[in-house]
Amino acid sequence: MDYFLELFFGGLTRGSIYALIALGYTMVYGIIELINFAHGEIYMIGAFTALIVSSVLAFAGLSGLSVLFLAAAAAIVYSAAHGFTVEKIGYKPLRQAPRLSPLISAIGMSIFLQNYVMLAQTSDFLPFPSLLPDLPFLSDLEIGIGSTEAIILMTTAVSMVLLTLLIKFTKMGKAMRATAQDRNMAMLVGVDVNRTISYTFIIGSTLAAIGGVLIASHIGRINFYIGFIAGIKAFTAAVLGGIGSIPGAVLGALVLGWTESFATGYVSSDYEDVFAFLLLVIILIVRPSGLLGRSTAQKV
Amino acid sequence: MIVKSSARVFVSWVIGVGLIFVITGFAAAADTIKLGVAGAHSGDLASYGLPTKRAAELVVKEFNAKGGVLGKKVEILAEDDVCKPEVATNTATRLVSGGAHVVLGHICSGATKTALGIYKDAGIIAMSSSATNPELTQSGKYPNFFRTIASDDAQARLDAGFAMDVLKVKKIAVLHDKGDYGKGLAEYARSFIEASNKAKVVLFEGITPGAVDYSAVVNKIKQSGAEAVIYGGYHPEASSIVIQMRKKRMNTYFISDDGVKDDTFIKVAGKAAEGVYASGPKDTTKNPLAIAAIAAHKKAYNADPGAFFLNGYAAAQALLTAIQKAKSTKYADVAKALRTEPVDTPLGRIKFDKNGDAIGVGFSMYQVKNGVYVETSTAASDPAAPKKKR
Amino acid sequence: MTAIAQIRQSLIVALWFMFLTFPILVIRVNTIENIIEWRWVNMLYAGAGSFLGSFAWRYLLERKSRAAGKDGGPVRTAEATAAEAKPWWRRLREERQYRYPALSVLAVVATIFPFLPFTSTYQINIVTNALLYVMLGLGLNIVVGLAGLLHLGYVAFYAVGAYSYALLHYHFGIGFWTALPLGALLATLFGILLGFPVLRLRGDYLAIVTLGFAEITRLVLENWNEFSFGPSGIAGIPRPGLFGLEMDLHGATIYFYFLMIALCLLTIFVVNRLQNSRIGRAWVALREDETACEAMGVNATAAKLTAFALGSTWAGLAGVVFAAKTTFVNPASFTFLESAMILSIVVLGGMGSILGVILGAFILILTPEYLRAFSEYRMLLFGLIMVMMMIFRPQGIVKGERRIYEFHRKPEDRE
Repeated sequence: MDYFLELFFGGLTRGSIYALIALGYTMVYGIIELINFAHGEIYMIGAFTALIVSSVLAFAGLSGLSVLFLAAAAAIVYSAAHGFTVEKIGYKPLRQAPRLSPLISAIGMSIFLQNYVMLAQTSDFLPFPSLLPDLPFLSDLEIGIGSTEAIILMTTAVSMVLLTLLIKFTKMGKAMRATAQDRNMAMLVGVDVNRTISYTFIIGSTLAAIGGVLIASHIGRINFYIGFIAGIKAFTAAVLGGIGSIPGAVLGALVLGWTESFATGYVSSDYEDVFAFLLLVIILIVRPSGLLGRSTAQKV
Repeated sequence: MIVKSSARVFVSWVIGVGLIFVITGFAAAADTIKLGVAGAHSGDLASYGLPTKRAAELVVKEFNAKGGVLGKKVEILAEDDVCKPEVATNTATRLVSGGAHVVLGHICSGATKTALGIYKDAGIIAMSSSATNPELTQSGKYPNFFRTIASDDAQARLDAGFAMDVLKVKKIAVLHDKGDYGKGLAEYARSFIEASNKAKVVLFEGITPGAVDYSAVVNKIKQSGAEAVIYGGYHPEASSIVIQMRKKRMNTYFISDDGVKDDTFIKVAGKAAEGVYASGPKDTTKNPLAIAAIAAHKKAYNADPGAFFLNGYAAAQALLTAIQKAKSTKYADVAKALRTEPVDTPLGRIKFDKNGDAIGVGFSMYQVKNGVYVETSTAASDPAAPKKKR
Repeated sequence: MTAIAQIRQSLIVALWFMFLTFPILVIRVNTIENIIEWRWVNMLYAGAGSFLGSFAWRYLLERKSRAAGKDGGPVRTAEATAAEAKPWWRRLREERQYRYPALSVLAVVATIFPFLPFTSTYQINIVTNALLYVMLGLGLNIVVGLAGLLHLGYVAFYAVGAYSYALLHYHFGIGFWTALPLGALLATLFGILLGFPVLRLRGDYLAIVTLGFAEITRLVLENWNEFSFGPSGIAGIPRPGLFGLEMDLHGATIYFYFLMIALCLLTIFVVNRLQNSRIGRAWVALREDETACEAMGVNATAAKLTAFALGSTWAGLAGVVFAAKTTFVNPASFTFLESAMILSIVVLGGMGSILGVILGAFILILTPEYLRAFSEYRMLLFGLIMVMMMIFRPQGIVKGERRIYEFHRKPEDRE
């Protein structure tokens, strides 16, 4: 049973990280129907910024929680700024273009950002300081959850709640939902669509930055390529849950995390990704628009 | 409007490409000894390719300062293959077309295999600093191939033997990163353990490189009751696994390969790295040539050299010295010089056997003690011994 | 905009980019050595670069919108394009007095290219590579460009073709010419196999399922050692022979070049015939509106399935050629990035246009090769070029043209 619990919590942790990234995908998709391939890179930039800032602060003699908060804040600011800029340059001029053009632009952006970070920083793996505080009482409880895992879970949960509140109750959230439903109609009733889209990118990037800082301190190393793999997984999670649906992204991410964890634990990690993708295929065949996606009636 | 702009896009592309073509075409016209350097210089494996490129640059600078080779300046033709076989064919033909006399590369075994056919047809010798696939030298299919690193099976034998004979463990988990290098090594290790009957492989698994965490695999190791883990792969994943193992308070032995015998591993894994075993090339850092090479790198790049730097340095030296001693750049002459004339390199005094493996380049076992890798005296290996058995 | 406003805006952009690139570009930390390096000069470059770049950016965007304005909104309607003077590629394609001379010039250039004094083995090799991607692009064009099914896993069929040849040769010693149809056949079967479950899916769900299938294929090849020799791959695949003739590297490369030209001509011929056939028109209808298309009596299931199967056939062919060309296969060649590259060829060239896909393949495959002069910066530039091309030519280099059937009354019918 202990083994099961350990795998369960491992999957939960993994899933909640996927969720933080998947939310960015799903929000952007919901609002402009674009698979934003550069989103994984935003997460990577978040992690890099946190690493750089925390090292500079550590050099300046700071330590403890203040480093964590300052580094995380910088990561959020810079990720959001990158997300905003990427949208303005890469996608905004393509609002009226054929559907696949922004997708190719996104792939180009992703290649560009990866190489930009590689050239400006390094192609090596860099150790990432464990910024998260240690909570020794958790490991004493022997329930198979370590302190980083616990912090990741809590942070993810808090972010989800805040995001839900933001989308449900603020004016900007309302504008987002309106734009997602029908961009032209939203424009007609006075929603500033461009601004709403920018906000969507900023919020998505913020979540990615949080994910970046958490995962980097969890696994203790980063390089310029981490965004790509995490991005593909998060995108899978978003589709699994029903792309465009926010609770769907979270559910999809958790299901994906658990699938991988249990597949590794009970079968073999050789085929962990095979199981993840097979699950995706099977779920989509049974429910063609994902777990929580609405199956929209086709407009004729 | 469309007519003009699309025509213009195309025309300007053609002109741009033409210009670059002309510039690069003219640049390669001078009479020099051309040392091709091929490997991953960009992309996710760049960190394994760039140190060799830098080593080549430093060696060439040194040779040119002494007046070059055969009275000519040495010139580097560096080409990127991103460690992909299909790109490696382009890289190789480009080096052949560019008139490379010898090639230092490639970095990854797969790309090396693809490129070697092309070099063979063109009569060019290639020497790798890091392609460890045993087939490259032992199959006899690649007579033009040399390397300054020992092959995977020698290393796997050392790792497995160390676990069974020195640590005396009975249950071993063998992990790998699903890569060419890691999986090959892990499979050799498994077959050695199974053949010896001294221990049992309780777990044989591939992990996904770059995955967000490895807690499931670590749990599985714990569950399997393994007393030692043999890991085939590179340091980034190894450090994650070790950190998570120690976080779960497991004190299983962790034995790995020269992909992990890298100071970065210790820095990344921190305290968790203590006690980790890793096999690596025999310690040559006390070799004055190695000290000088590392110092030169520090001076030029203000950083410690990366993976395979000394191997790359030795390979570049061996190639250029062989040309010098053979007084020719012809295939047969250079090959003969490589096989007969020993050369002093940071790896020691080396020459090459008939398969192309460097004689005198072997592995020993290291352990992390107080944040540095220390050679363990119990397990000095003779790389020639296992090969005779084959 | 006045000059001062222009400058002010560029200044704001420059400041923004200086802020944006600050941590990544200016500070370099080495957490291993605990050294921090400050590279303030980079900030200057970023500022100056973005200051100048923003002028060019605005100028180009303005020009683009002016061009669009002339056509009466974004170039979409067939009337708007038809009203204009015929684009150069249409003139070349449709008017005989241009078409035949142009084709013959092209044929002559293609024939003498490998024998020109300044073409090295390398040049021929990369052009052959580009031709391989022409084949792949045209194959994917059937699925994406014509039938409008977003396919992100095309590389799986490419892998099927490559491994068919590699394994058939390894186990049974089958030669290139036998493996070519067999590889295509296996890829087609695989395509039908994949086609069945995905028929219900639309749009991006289809995209992710195809991506998933491609990843599964690659992972199986990577892990199932007994079958595929795992990540170390299969080496020593022979190049195609020519009546048992021994060829040196240069000769073999030239032979391969002509082989690729022949295969490309075959592909172009077949795709061209398909495009204007009954099934081709069904695909286009499917792309434009699935529901309406079904209402008009087109069997959407059959149309999707044939699109998948035919697209896979070409990938299989290309795969066999790939294996023979590199003489080595391993799963690392068949990653998602490869699918993305082929898709980019189709979209960048112009979806549904044969000429466009050919140009797209040449540009995307040759650009990184010629950018080798910029060594480390080449992939950076490549990404940038991809973004810029899409922004300034979103429909691709050559816009896909639909054959238009017009009804002309005979003069004597007039009353």
